[in-house]
Amino acid sequence: MNDTKTNNNSLIGQSIPRIDSPSKVTGKAQYAGDIILPGTLYGKLLLSTVAHAKIKNIDISAALALPGVKDVIVGKDTPCIKFGNWRLFPNTQDELPLAVDKVRFIGDEIAAVAAITPEIAEAAIALIKVEYELLPAVFNIDDSLAPGAPLIHDENKELTSNISLDRKIDVGDIEQAFKDADYIREDSFLVHPHSHAYMEPCATIAETDAEGRVTIYTSTQTPYIVQCLLASTLGIPENHVRVVKPAIGGGFGGKMELRTWEFCAAFMSRRTGRPVRFVLTRQEELEIGRRRHGMKIKSKVGFKKDGTIVAKDFEAYLDGGAYNSMGPTATFLCGNFGAMLYRYPVYRYRGYHVYTNLPPSGAMRGFGAPQAMFISETQMNMAAIDLGIDAIDLRIKNAMVTGDKIEGVTTISSAGFVESLEKIASATQWKEKKKNLPPNKGIGIGCYSFISGGVFNWFNTQYHFSACEVRAYDDGTAHLFTMSCDIGQGSDTVLRQILAADLGILPNMIRLTAGDTAMTPKGDLGTWGSRVTLMNGNAILDASKKIKNELAKIVSVKFNLNVIHDVAFADGRVFAKANPKYGMTFGEAVTMWVKMNRGEELTARGVYTPRDKGLTTPAYSFGAQVAEVDVDPETGVVTVEKISTAHDCGTVINPLSVEGQLEGAIQMGLGYTLCEQFAIKDGKTLNTTFLDYKVPAAEDMPQIVSYKIDTYEKEGPFGAKEVGEGLVIPTAPAIADAVFQATGYRCKDLPITPEKILKSQGKI
Amino acid sequence: MTKVNVKLKINGDPYELAVRPNRTLVEVLRDDLHLTGTKIGCKTGDCGACTILLDGKSVCSCMTLAIEAQGKEITTIEGVGLSYDKLHPIQEAFVNEGAVQCGYCTPGMIMSAKNLLDKNPKPTELEIRKALSGNLCRCTGYARIVKAIEVASEKMYNTQK
Ligand code: FES
Ligand code: FES
Repeated sequence: MNDTKTNNNSLIGQSIPRIDSPSKVTGKAQYAGDIILPGTLYGKLLLSTVAHAKIKNIDISAALALPGVKDVIVGKDTPCIKFGNWRLFPNTQDELPLAVDKVRFIGDEIAAVAAITPEIAEAAIALIKVEYELLPAVFNIDDSLAPGAPLIHDENKELTSNISLDRKIDVGDIEQAFKDADYIREDSFLVHPHSHAYMEPCATIAETDAEGRVTIYTSTQTPYIVQCLLASTLGIPENHVRVVKPAIGGGFGGKMELRTWEFCAAFMSRRTGRPVRFVLTRQEELEIGRRRHGMKIKSKVGFKKDGTIVAKDFEAYLDGGAYNSMGPTATFLCGNFGAMLYRYPVYRYRGYHVYTNLPPSGAMRGFGAPQAMFISETQMNMAAIDLGIDAIDLRIKNAMVTGDKIEGVTTISSAGFVESLEKIASATQWKEKKKNLPPNKGIGIGCYSFISGGVFNWFNTQYHFSACEVRAYDDGTAHLFTMSCDIGQGSDTVLRQILAADLGILPNMIRLTAGDTAMTPKGDLGTWGSRVTLMNGNAILDASKKIKNELAKIVSVKFNLNVIHDVAFADGRVFAKANPKYGMTFGEAVTMWVKMNRGEELTARGVYTPRDKGLTTPAYSFGAQVAEVDVDPETGVVTVEKISTAHDCGTVINPLSVEGQLEGAIQMGLGYTLCEQFAIKDGKTLNTTFLDYKVPAAEDMPQIVSYKIDTYEKEGPFGAKEVGEGLVIPTAPAIADAVFQATGYRCKDLPITPEKILKSQGKI
Repeated sequence: MTKVNVKLKINGDPYELAVRPNRTLVEVLRDDLHLTGTKIGCKTGDCGACTILLDGKSVCSCMTLAIEAQGKEITTIEGVGLSYDKLHPIQEAFVNEGAVQCGYCTPGMIMSAKNLLDKNPKPTELEIRKALSGNLCRCTGYARIVKAIEVASEKMYNTQK
């Protein structure tokens, strides 16, 4: 057989246009909000208008009496089963589909209505009367941890404060290590929350069959997770819930949990016997939607005079908002990311997930890393100046290399970090430019590393982490079933590319069914943590290998091949490698196999579960980014002129997709650094339109150039690793460093605003 | 609110229906006529996902009342392709240049691009970026969208010559 891990096929590394693009450019692609079924009822949620209160009474009578209203539910009508993605620790599952006794943030869901039109549903919501008994509320980490602060989850008797969860990492003797340091850098930072701002607001439509089984079409990245949690909150078997993922208009981590509207749609469709649909408004998305964690971080790093790092002490408080959501994972990962990029022989992490009366923070592209690495990168830049060493040289001196280990946490199986740094230094003429900066111009650097999927299993799945099924047909085509969700990152194309490359057929010969829990292999955890290419890619190669084994036997028998012959799969043919004329088309081989097996279908399941890969991930990407900025001395406005990136994502399967991820990540990183910020007053998010919550537009984008560093990740399919998330990390520290070079303002409190710059210069 | 009868001409086809006077065009297109290619990202005129052409000019259909569109030529993404299975050069360029990721902004982007190229067949990069200022995309960073419009412009301009 071929070694499936070797790139012996020209399909790998080819910029195949996205297979789903034609349906999207014509408007034919169907997103959840495009689906209306016969008899559909329109759902609407009633959200809390207060930040922290006991619910004394809810009067739904007027809403129920409104003609056209078919159902009104409050928490008490539901089975009252809590949910959360950390099923392994039920105590962390702190959320109810609808609030029962208490609301904990402005936007907490209290009731839901289903009516014959959206207008009637909205009118009915306005008729529901809620009596609250107000409780004191806390809107930041300090107030939440102050003595006497109200306990937000007082129902959890195991908690004695608003810290819902902590995580510790201890590698080596920290006290001693700092004693041995020649130079210590100690700083405090604040990083702000950040909206996913995916363009498609969440949408869901659920229907129930005559036996009470639910089918739900919903904008999710994780159909299996939604299936399990929806079934448990409804109190029905998992197999009675079918989750179907239509086209998804962006996720970035914001669509990977069970959400209230999914529960309400399913629950009310069971009660009414009619399909129930919810579509969130942008205002709801921005006001109550999940967001990246704001954090308060202290970090202390010790160096030797020559720049060698001796230790790091890293402490992070995450503002979790009112519920755990994905915060526990962020708390865990933030600590791991704090230890990445450089060799910290001694490392201590203390991470605390803190409840506040704000909308819950969740998973978002980078997941703990943009925060952790904004800090580590900024401190490297500050230390470089103090130590009199160039910032890139200092990094190269300490950079992680292939084979490095974080004791008890992880091993770096491949790293192109030093090469990325060297490349970016030469490509941007870093040293020369930095020496000769014109006034108001700056050049700065930031780096990143990210995981290729998580090894952790807090969801407590009993199944393989990733799975697929491949069916091969006598017409020369194949059908790939996968739970991986294309949320815009391009997995539908890349996964077909991987299977096509391995089977030696064309990608358009492969039909793909993705994200339908009634059909696609159970247990695959879906799309998050940049896991798809590596994990599902490996599962696909596993299935493909089984199919090829079967077909190789056919060719072998048919041509009486000596056992020493290898059988190849290429150009739609299956043949003896040494003598291609001994072979047949892929379809003919399948036909023969089916005949030999008396009508059986040729199918194979492929699976992948990372084993013995530490606690974090099987593989890491790395990269370095340089930003060049201009700062207007009068207004303090920062213009990012150019962003250059050198990055290592292993083998590139589809360069066009990789470039697209990079450019999109820069836009998101740019927004995070300069213009995207929630305005929150007394727990209420005030900027709830794109006019006030400013996402970078086409004109705001800098020139973008990139350099690919070649590495081969032996754990990845054809040597590939992640590219989706890590690239969002380096932009903030790179821009912040460039702004410092231009203005002398060193940002330790994101975002960078003209006001902060001018203030630092005493101009206002 | 009593409904009024409206006659709309959408992608060359006549439609007649009764709507409340405050009903927006995007609601009529999507909910009443099931032309769901036009997307909703905000309903406040800030994202451009709902962009359509009204008498050849791009407008946000979430900020346009259905009754205002009477007597005008309405073009939606469904009406852009040259035929059922033949893409318009702009659509083709979006596919080939990798300008589409999640695709949610794409119909609106293409309508804005069409509006631009219909008026300015050879725009500069800056003109393209300005023309897209009302269309937000969260996935692509716009680079490939700009490129696609340049490629489409070249193709359309040369073939028209
Ligand atoms: S939906 Fe019309 S501009 Fe956003
Ligand atoms: S492609 Fe996703 S918003 Fe533009």
